[in-house]
Amino acid sequence: MRKVIMGNHALSYGAMLSRVQVIAAYPITPQTQVVELLSEMCADKVLDAQFIKVESEHSAMAACLGASLAGARTFTATSAQGLALMHELLHWASGGRLPVVLGNINRAMAPGWSIWSDQNDSLSQRDTGWVQFYCGSNQEVLDSVIQAFKVAEKLHIPAMIILDAFSLSHTYEVVEVPEQEKVDEYLPPFQPKFRLTPDDPHAFGGLTSPDHYLELRYKLQKDMEKAPALIEETGQEFQELFGRKLGLVDPYQCDDAEIILVTSGTAGYTACVAVDHFRQQGLKVGNLRIRTFRPFPFEIVRDILSQAKKVAVVDRNISYGHHGIFYQEIKSALYGHSPVPVFGYITGLGGRDITLDTFRQIIEETQKNDAPSERISWIGVKK
Amino acid sequence: MKKQEPTPKIDFKSEKDMPLAPYSLGLMLHNFTGAWRNIRPEINLKECIQCGICWKFCPDTAIYIENEYPVIDYTYCKGCGLCAEECPTKCITMVEEEK
Repeated sequence: MRKVIMGNHALSYGAMLSRVQVIAAYPITPQTQVVELLSEMCADKVLDAQFIKVESEHSAMAACLGASLAGARTFTATSAQGLALMHELLHWASGGRLPVVLGNINRAMAPGWSIWSDQNDSLSQRDTGWVQFYCGSNQEVLDSVIQAFKVAEKLHIPAMIILDAFSLSHTYEVVEVPEQEKVDEYLPPFQPKFRLTPDDPHAFGGLTSPDHYLELRYKLQKDMEKAPALIEETGQEFQELFGRKLGLVDPYQCDDAEIILVTSGTAGYTACVAVDHFRQQGLKVGNLRIRTFRPFPFEIVRDILSQAKKVAVVDRNISYGHHGIFYQEIKSALYGHSPVPVFGYITGLGGRDITLDTFRQIIEETQKNDAPSERISWIGVKK
Repeated sequence: MKKQEPTPKIDFKSEKDMPLAPYSLGLMLHNFTGAWRNIRPEINLKECIQCGICWKFCPDTAIYIENEYPVIDYTYCKGCGLCAEECPTKCITMVEEEK
């Protein structure tokens, strides 16, 4: 069925179709309509789930952990400061190997107080051991929730679906809402490898001595390393059932491109418009939209980018004292594999629009220089 | 509720033998918390009315029911005294452990 829905509701529908059993969420700002619709679905008995209202995002994630540990398929959603408040328990979810799925609306961190988009909230959670999907459309948001449960539950690793504030979260788009039976075929019920049960009493997450901790982390990383292949495989399976591709990355016109833009989120689609625009002018530009940021898809990124003459990474985020966060990751992926120069640009922080003109400036600056400067290239700063 | 026998403790020589998450590592049946105790609860069964409150309240599930009467499992009882406090007939007394 085709529906015109906002990105927040795309998350809700994704969770509903995944037949989530427990939703725990803080209901006030920075929360969005994601859980509002889910609470209605629970109240109307459209969705057979337990909706737990809590007093903070920290408690929301704590409730999710308990539910997931008991073997329930568990979902929550938050944004910005809310995600930051969850930080401690994000580690708990991955360390405890609990496949919670979380929808995060990318909003800039305060102060200055902001409800507009940038990626510093979710990228600050880079090292918490969660799979991270950055979405470019409302359709992809809905589809990603379903795929995320499949990947997360197979590996016992939590996953985050990330979408831009406003340009996706509150923007209405046409979305194909899949049929429940087909989703059920794709996503079987959650069968945990371990659970909290009186039949086999254990203390979970107890004191772990130096004799064992390293091995647990080794196992988490080993399973994280299995994720790229699993994401491709489940994405392929998704395409066969629903006709839409869900890969690690989304390349556009990269095959013969001299300059490849590296983007994420909605800027990834604006970049495609820019690619078409520059190609009409005879300039061979391509765009590589990174969908999966964790685990980082090293191999495919290397394969695509090493064919280019120049790479321009567009970051809607910043690691203060270093550079754009995607920029660091792209450079580390190419290090020792390809001599292609990588240029980094920071733009769009705090919801400043990333437009065709933004990409025009980026392409021009990349063309002009032979090698990237150590200094950050800012696009759009009022000078 | 019968007393449970602790399952044998798993010895981890390799990461392959280890569980996915840090759970069995803290298997509480292997954690003999009775060693922490310095006062012990003793039940005078003559005054016990079989209400089950001590069994219900024990935070360590160290009380089990045998032949319809409560029995304290001193392997796990930490001696917190909650059972003695809650007992309606006060038939549980806390006795100093001898060194």
